[in-house]
Amino acid sequence: MRLERGEALFNICNKIFMVFFVAIIVFPLINILALSFNDGYDAMKGGIYLFPRKFTLINYKTILQDPTIYRAFSITVAKTVIGVAGHLLITGMAAYAMSKSYLVGRKVFIRMGIITMFFNGGMIPTFLVVKSLGLANNFWVYIIPVLFSFYDMIILMNFFRNLPESIEESAKIDGANMFQIFFRIVFPLSLPAFSTIALFHGVYQWNDFFVAKLYMTDKSLYPIQYYLYQLLTSTGAASSAKAGVYISKAFTTQSLQQATMIITTLPIMLVYPFLQKYFISGMLLGGVKE
Amino acid sequence: MKRTFKEKWMSQWQLQVMVWPSIILLIVFSFIPMFGLITAFQDYSPLTGFFASEFVGLDNFKAFLGDSDFYNVLTNTLAISLLKLLIGFPLEIVLAILINELRAGPFKRVTQTISYLPHFLSWVILGGMIISWLSSSGLVNSLLMSLHLIQEPLPFLTNPNAYWWVATLTDIWKEVGWGTILYLAAMAGIDPSLYEAAKVDGARKLKRIWHITLPGISQIIVLMFVLRVGSVLGSNLEQALVLQSSSNIQRSEVIDLYVYHLGLTQGDFSFATAVGIFSSVVSVILLLLANVLTKRIHNSSIF
Repeated sequence: MRLERGEALFNICNKIFMVFFVAIIVFPLINILALSFNDGYDAMKGGIYLFPRKFTLINYKTILQDPTIYRAFSITVAKTVIGVAGHLLITGMAAYAMSKSYLVGRKVFIRMGIITMFFNGGMIPTFLVVKSLGLANNFWVYIIPVLFSFYDMIILMNFFRNLPESIEESAKIDGANMFQIFFRIVFPLSLPAFSTIALFHGVYQWNDFFVAKLYMTDKSLYPIQYYLYQLLTSTGAASSAKAGVYISKAFTTQSLQQATMIITTLPIMLVYPFLQKYFISGMLLGGVKE
Repeated sequence: MKRTFKEKWMSQWQLQVMVWPSIILLIVFSFIPMFGLITAFQDYSPLTGFFASEFVGLDNFKAFLGDSDFYNVLTNTLAISLLKLLIGFPLEIVLAILINELRAGPFKRVTQTISYLPHFLSWVILGGMIISWLSSSGLVNSLLMSLHLIQEPLPFLTNPNAYWWVATLTDIWKEVGWGTILYLAAMAGIDPSLYEAAKVDGARKLKRIWHITLPGISQIIVLMFVLRVGSVLGSNLEQALVLQSSSNIQRSEVIDLYVYHLGLTQGDFSFATAVGIFSSVVSVILLLLANVLTKRIHNSSIF
């Protein structure tokens, strides 16, 4: 009897703790949402928590008037879509070939890949190589260097090895070549594994701003994250010049930033609940994946 | 009937076509940069290139080891990493255990979903949010003032002495939920009959957690610990890029950012590459040391 009472107490405390924990995650995010709908000058007085005090749409209206944000947004969408498709194609094909133990050169490639997991050239030599390939100020710098991932290849390869061989064998007898088998049979059967990798690579492409910082000076190729980064880090003069295009008393650089953050995060937040099952299975497929 | 290499290759040319683009990418973007590490031993200039630049031996290494800036950067990196290790690492385990104790149902599902959420925010977004929260009229100062804990807003981001804590706590906020996934998966693999048996024997909840749950995930704990120790010098570049300002640079400059500033802002490629090599060599050594240590203590290791 005492045992059960203690247990009930534990469960209640645990639930209260979890509610507290969830609040610590959610409230700050709602705070930004509230600020993005609030008059910028009013917000400077402080004291805004979960609801806007002086509601306005001016922050959103103002940033949506800026044509560069549409440009940046489409760059991000393009790099995410093309990046994911290319990554799945290149890494997936390599993984399929590598799943055949009779592949000539298989062992050498595995060893090479393992070396790259422990050693790499680091930021500066990689920068020099990428630049010398003419990828600076080039859209493809977002895509080509990350088309292949050894880590993702291993995950896919292990998945393919667990597929029943009989299906492939019968396709072979029907005269299908390796490309047809890969695209028509192996790919559809491996959708869970591909979805997981697509998710992680998609999030990477959506969120990354450092590649742009390293290689881009051409503003028309900035992704949305780098646009926001510039908005956040540009010193007073530059950012007020930016905001100064629209003279207003209702927004500040901060309130514009808050609205931009919401717009940038929105797509991830919208797809997030639907993708949850994939990243959990992905963590289990791959062990540790950042 | 031994087939020649060429015949074998030709019989599987389709597979070879599938794998070669990846081999080329691996060579170009992973192996060629490794040869570029040679710049660390040169007085590299973009005009003369890898082949014609003058060799200077270990001069670049001597230069940064004799530079007080470097020690400051190293201290910042280690301080932030160790704070994360001391606070974040145990917190993940505790959180995973507590989530595991929740009864399966919507409450548990929602808790998990929300706990993973911040992991998917980019550091740019989160950095922007942190700047908002910590500003003088932001969430944290408003809250502290309305609770009368402080009279004046605290300058969290411009006070260099607060930076280590800001960096640590915001990183934990972002990653603690995500960090529970592997532990939860390991816990799901523990045989439920062990808990039933312990219950019959009258073991209380905390005892069951201590004697069943923790041993059940100890392998993963060891693995994560070794990996973490191996990455104490791998500072969070993106976080530092976003949160750094001229007023906190004394405490916010971490190794990767230092390499970036030296190499790409100041153009000192050789010096920056030398610092990069130092950091990766020390990381591999730490990884191996942590591995040996856990082998001694826990009898399990990752290699």
